[in-house]
Amino acid sequence: MINFEYIKAATIKGATDARTKNASSQFIAGGTNLVDLMKKGVTAPEKLIDINALPLKQITADAKGILIGALALNSEVAEHAIIKSKYPLLAQAINAGASAQLRNMATVGGNIMQRTRCSYFYDITMPCNKREPGSGCAALQGQNRMHAVFGTSEKCIAVHPSDMCVALAALDATVHITGPKGNRKIAFTDFHRLPGETPELDNNLQKGELITGVHIPANSFDKSHYLKIRDRSSYAFALVSVAVAIQINNEGRIENIRIAMGGVAHKPWRLTELENFLQSGQAEMGWFKKGADLAMDGAKGFGHNNFKIKMGKAAVWEALWQASKKI
Amino acid sequence: MDQNNNNSRRDFLKKSTALAALAVASPALAKAAEHEERITDLFEKMSLKLEVNGVLHQLSVEPRVTLLDLLREQLQLTGTKKGCDHGQCGACTVHVDGKSINACLSLAIMNNGKKITTIEGIAKADKLHPMQEAFIKHDGFQCGYCTPGQIMSAITCVREGRAGSAAEIRECMSGNICRCGAYPNIVDAILEVKKGGMPL
Repeated sequence: MINFEYIKAATIKGATDARTKNASSQFIAGGTNLVDLMKKGVTAPEKLIDINALPLKQITADAKGILIGALALNSEVAEHAIIKSKYPLLAQAINAGASAQLRNMATVGGNIMQRTRCSYFYDITMPCNKREPGSGCAALQGQNRMHAVFGTSEKCIAVHPSDMCVALAALDATVHITGPKGNRKIAFTDFHRLPGETPELDNNLQKGELITGVHIPANSFDKSHYLKIRDRSSYAFALVSVAVAIQINNEGRIENIRIAMGGVAHKPWRLTELENFLQSGQAEMGWFKKGADLAMDGAKGFGHNNFKIKMGKAAVWEALWQASKKI
Repeated sequence: MDQNNNNSRRDFLKKSTALAALAVASPALAKAAEHEERITDLFEKMSLKLEVNGVLHQLSVEPRVTLLDLLREQLQLTGTKKGCDHGQCGACTVHVDGKSINACLSLAIMNNGKKITTIEGIAKADKLHPMQEAFIKHDGFQCGYCTPGQIMSAITCVREGRAGSAAEIRECMSGNICRCGAYPNIVDAILEVKKGGMPL
């Protein structure tokens, strides 16, 4: 690993000032992704700004929802009593990701900021427009079994690897941000970007900005499910994942529904059109199947990942069914 | 604390490299430029305090040194293993303030003031830890390389109440890979310790 300067920020302003001053600086919290990327030579910041002393660990709930500090650990969030009872989709998604050790290190902010696991992004001997803009995309003609089928561009077909983010996209979360120009909020579904012409940009953070927390609004979903399909039953990235939150009324009709997918796009993929289609229908297998058949409309495979289109439909169907069965 | 040091290492490097380029006639300077990493390292070491297995250490490290390398190379605690060095195998699992983490992905400097427990710190004098006893009894290893990490994870798995069934154990132990495939015996060992109900 190339050496770097290390500072520990004592205040939020101190952290964002330091980040603004040095374009080659990066924030570090859990470090589970960043330290790995630095070991591989994918990134080599001149300076690391340790933000772990900042007062951003709190999880506070009220009638309007829950605000999770950016430095709350993934394991703390998944074990939090209110999150387990009122936002179980989030707890389930977090526990579906990484390992116990990594969840003890990784923070909520860092999970949102983690970079793609595209093997060509990680391999510094290969072209990658995300790592080195203009160098090309090796995945287009290469091993692209793990890659995206939605929202791709000729520049990049990488996927966002997070499970937690898929649940946050489904639950209408908002990202709270601070920076040199003050505080702002971004809808979770607008936080991450599609690759387009600038795959080097994963998200819409501006220079010097820091995530301070994530807010999830209170909701009326009484059932939810996170379905993750992967090559082994634990500790693997998703081939396809589906987050479903659903409210079913006394007559068995879908009152309210949210669906998002992971492993299929450069960002957590919210299926708003499918939600609208399913809304008000009867919560039963036949209706779910009709919806699931539409779920992958517009998806495009690149060879090795063609299976994701068929798998995606089946996964949406299964996730809807599993969610609806929950008590 | 914030340290806005204007003389960053890279500034120093740029200056020293430029000097070396100007002074090619000076073998000493040219040699210095060649070994600039080593020279600048002298300026870059940072001090930290760690309590490892109950012993307080005052140490000095470069920021890039991981907790794993610090334990193994400075403290000679080589029980904690370096498997993949990328957080994928769990051989480097240690407890930081009582929680299992991958020491290979944690910068040592970020653990300043924390309490670390490694495999060397769990036995009491000549008496092995109950999890160590159980691994031996159930033959929970073959080559043994992953075992320290397996045991450290197994202890927190039981302690945190996530060892209720074989399936639950497999899930909470999924960050520890065993290429010999001793998994069934590892699960048996953990189940036995869990049933024993001993405080870990």
